[in-house]
Amino acid sequence: MAWLLPALPFVAAVAGLLGGLRAPRLAAPIAVAGTAAATVVSFLVVTAAPRDGVAAERGTQLTPTGSIPVALTTYVDGLSATVAVLVCLVALAVQVYSVAYLRRDPRYSSYAALVSLFTAAMLLVVLSGDLVVLLVGWEVMGICSYFLIGHYWERDWAQGAAVKAFLTTKAGDIPFLFGIFTLGLDAGSFRISDVFAAMDEGQLEHLGVATLLLLGGVIGKSAQFPLHTWLPDAMAGPTPISALIHAATMVAAGVYFIARLWPLYLEADGTRALLAVIAAITMLGAALAAFAQDDIKRVLAYSTVSQLAYMAAGLAVGGRDAAIFHLLTHGAYKALLFLGAGAVIHVVGTNFMTEMGGMRKAMPVTFLATTVGLAALAGVPPFSGFFSKEAILAAAEHGTDSGLISVAAGALVLISALLTVLVTAAYVMRLWLMTFFGVSRTVDLHPHEAPALMSVPVVLLAIPSALLGFAAPVVPGWISSSDVEPESLAPAAASVGISVLLVFVGGYATYAAWVRARQSDPAQLLGRYRRAVERAFYVDELYDAVFVRPVRAFASGVVFTDRVVVDTYVEGSGTAARLAAAVLRRTQTGNVQTYLTGLLAIVVVGLVVVAGTAA
Amino acid sequence: MGVLSLALLALPMAGAVLLLLLPGERAEAVAQRLGAAVSAATLAIAAVMALSFDYGDAGRVQHEIDAAWAPSVDMRFHLGVDGISLPLVVLTALLSFLGLLYTMRIVPEIRRLRAFVGLLLLLEVGMLGTFVALDLLVFFVFFEVVLVPMYFVIAIWGDERTARAAAYKFILYTLLGSVFILLGFLLVYGYTGTLNMVELADNHGAGMSRGVQTLAFAAMLAGFGVKSPMWPLHTWLPDAHTAAPTVGSVLLAGVLLKMGTYGLIRTALPLVPEGAAALAPYLGALAVVGIVYGSLACLAQRDLKRLIAYSSVGHMGFVLLGIATLTPVGVNGALFANVAHGLITGLLFFLAGAVKDRHHTSELVALGGGLYERMPRLGGLLAFGAVASLGLPGLAGFWGEFLALLGAFRPAEALDRSLFLTLMAVGGAGTVLTATYLLVMVRRVCMGESAQRWRASPWVGDVSRIEWLAWSPLVLLVVVAGLWPRLLLDVTDPAVTVLLGAG
Repeated sequence: MAWLLPALPFVAAVAGLLGGLRAPRLAAPIAVAGTAAATVVSFLVVTAAPRDGVAAERGTQLTPTGSIPVALTTYVDGLSATVAVLVCLVALAVQVYSVAYLRRDPRYSSYAALVSLFTAAMLLVVLSGDLVVLLVGWEVMGICSYFLIGHYWERDWAQGAAVKAFLTTKAGDIPFLFGIFTLGLDAGSFRISDVFAAMDEGQLEHLGVATLLLLGGVIGKSAQFPLHTWLPDAMAGPTPISALIHAATMVAAGVYFIARLWPLYLEADGTRALLAVIAAITMLGAALAAFAQDDIKRVLAYSTVSQLAYMAAGLAVGGRDAAIFHLLTHGAYKALLFLGAGAVIHVVGTNFMTEMGGMRKAMPVTFLATTVGLAALAGVPPFSGFFSKEAILAAAEHGTDSGLISVAAGALVLISALLTVLVTAAYVMRLWLMTFFGVSRTVDLHPHEAPALMSVPVVLLAIPSALLGFAAPVVPGWISSSDVEPESLAPAAASVGISVLLVFVGGYATYAAWVRARQSDPAQLLGRYRRAVERAFYVDELYDAVFVRPVRAFASGVVFTDRVVVDTYVEGSGTAARLAAAVLRRTQTGNVQTYLTGLLAIVVVGLVVVAGTAA
Repeated sequence: MGVLSLALLALPMAGAVLLLLLPGERAEAVAQRLGAAVSAATLAIAAVMALSFDYGDAGRVQHEIDAAWAPSVDMRFHLGVDGISLPLVVLTALLSFLGLLYTMRIVPEIRRLRAFVGLLLLLEVGMLGTFVALDLLVFFVFFEVVLVPMYFVIAIWGDERTARAAAYKFILYTLLGSVFILLGFLLVYGYTGTLNMVELADNHGAGMSRGVQTLAFAAMLAGFGVKSPMWPLHTWLPDAHTAAPTVGSVLLAGVLLKMGTYGLIRTALPLVPEGAAALAPYLGALAVVGIVYGSLACLAQRDLKRLIAYSSVGHMGFVLLGIATLTPVGVNGALFANVAHGLITGLLFFLAGAVKDRHHTSELVALGGGLYERMPRLGGLLAFGAVASLGLPGLAGFWGEFLALLGAFRPAEALDRSLFLTLMAVGGAGTVLTATYLLVMVRRVCMGESAQRWRASPWVGDVSRIEWLAWSPLVLLVVVAGLWPRLLLDVTDPAVTVLLGAG
């Protein structure tokens, strides 16, 4: 039955693309029905999922290759079934919300079909039992994000953002592909279960290299330093797309992938140490950048980068369950925050927080729901994000104690995570105050609540955002896998105290700055570093100088070479042949017909010679 | 059942002769319909061949016909198909039919329809003959037959300013290459005394010393390398593809290039395996240089047709890399990439031609973006073609690249693995460059706002019915081959195993 999960949205995507062109009215029902059906199936799958830790695997051979065949199988265990539910729920919320958000958009039908395809691709990644088929879903997601980020293709920055998103993740996918090769040839199979079996028998000779290569794809998809730059730009797409990309698909895929191959990564200490450093840099840097943005969606985008780094850190220190727990809570509250921000943008007609303010009274429902989401993001107890983040901090302590991660790397993760708690509270407070409090700076004099199709998904998402944290004791049971020991997700007492204090300090300092500056932007706290932080430490500018411009220069060089050098020797040889022909025929006409005749003559003479020698 | 192989060639030949015999005006009037009907019938024969093919035994030559032709040289009229050639036969028949169907569209630029259609049918005979030939000389004759009609198609019906020079360059290069191929074949014949390709392949190079094999392989590589095209023998290609009329470009990219790589797989690899092993590292290196070089060249192109033409250099680089690995998986990848490139680039040339017909230019600056806005369906198809061309998993372009790189990850035992790992890594980087130029192309042509001058011309229409008819089979096959790759690999894999003697 699990194969229905990617199949249903895929069918909806095809039907939507073909039917949507003829009958645009059918586009919305097709898209919503496909995702809703998948959601129902996902609940059936998760209730039937094996709880004894052994995965249920079903399928057939997709194709022979001449060496290792590729299999089309579903791999169902607690982890994949639970993540599939998250994907379906968020996708359903996004589809329903989009019906209202893009009501007057002439591109809606292709948009809805692409969202369905996106969902199908993510579900394929989650459920595939074969690494090559997983790669198919993995890259199809990339192209869906390209089309959806480029939805407003008449705008220059949307075009650039779309191309950038695809190319950056594609750059990570090349090592990812080679990592799959490495595992496949060591294990003699691309199937995940066979890879695990090969590992138990000690056949994975290149485990360290393979996990490292695969990490390239993971940091590309999950937007970690140094491949993070595409995600903030991806805001150019419609807001519900941001919710989809940030909460349940695309970026979640990277983290999920490591959890999927957890027995391998648990053994690969070097790879996890590198991941710890990457995560430590990313979480703090992105949180700082979030504090300096004016565009509300860019704030949320950098916060996603930062929160994903928490998950990556959890994986790095050996806390698989903690990382996936955070993936689930973050999926709920980040979807909520994007859809809420979308409602505000829909009403005020601007992305810039300096042009918002005072929306609390005009949009009380959105305000309350968004407040729940922000509290969860900041890690205010007892909202969901608090528990999952504390679980990661506890995992870092536990990992250092039990030797899963070196003391230096563990300490780096802990320090960076605590500093990030402080900065997160600060940017959350800033967003909350500038959007919902103070005087209204909008041009529209009659701001109002968003339509029901938009506010209902937001309110429904507020429930798990608030309460999912209390599920901490049962989550390890939900996401169990074979060969993986369940962990306790209970917070550690010491870090709880420190981080609650840091949340308070970060939030209060921002509030004080806001009051002192007469309700204008608290980002002034950054002083003269503000510009550098807002540009996210000039990484984009660096890449432009190091990659983009040299490639362009090479391209011009190649065209020059083709025209001048390569052509010259061929034309030179042409001249030589022409001379030969001229000598043979004792004529100096030199035209090409003569020359061609000469060549044809050589061919014919050759044939005759063969005939003669044989006879 | 050899009658099918014969009919496959006789039917388009008869169509061409019939056009020649009909009185002038009448021939001009019926040429388009006759061409479409004859090529449709040829496609039907190819389909019957495919349907009656015994897939359980795809490594064996089927639909075989073997008759004495020139006994003095022991040259036999020997035709047949196996798992390696069957997909290419079907592809050729399909693209020829779609091209001739597309020709039914009334295009004022096309003059002298009788000659045009007749040459295309003759071209089809040559292309199909190359793929079904099982005698070295028969193969060579068909290989050469293709050149003449293609030369005239480019020279007469091509772009007014550049066509003649491009056609000269095309025939010059390929004839030069043919001389080398013939030399290679003669060497093999001189040492073994047979022209029977099946027998030669079964012998795996017996009777020839390593030096002879290397020399023969080098000669064949030079010849087939021109056709493929292999860097640095590629410079005829952008000119010819850009100047050729739409149908000419489609068949050039879709079928003619495949004759080069098919020739390598069918003749060079099995006939002189030791020569192949000696020179495969060089072939691999040139292939990878072609991938990177072609992609970089695409980034700097200013003309849509020229850009798509250059993209073939990169894509065929993957085919050549797959061949260079000398592994079943690599050769399977090469054959898959061959077919996929035929479908995808055929489609892209159709689309580029449609863009050029509607705007009377294919220069990127003159087109100036906004195709999504002006002609959303044409724009959408162009984006689809670009995405397929960049090798997106789930579409046909992926599997060929994937298998070629997988082959390079563990090449044949005779080859240096560390070299091929390097080649694989560089080739992988090439796929990022490929994605870059294709997405930049979509950005420049499809995205953005439409220029004012196009808005002022309301006659510019979106995709017409005959265009849908001609293009939708390609779109469908690109998706089907991407989602269900065993459709091809089940056919090629047994034959490749036999060919490489790895069974």
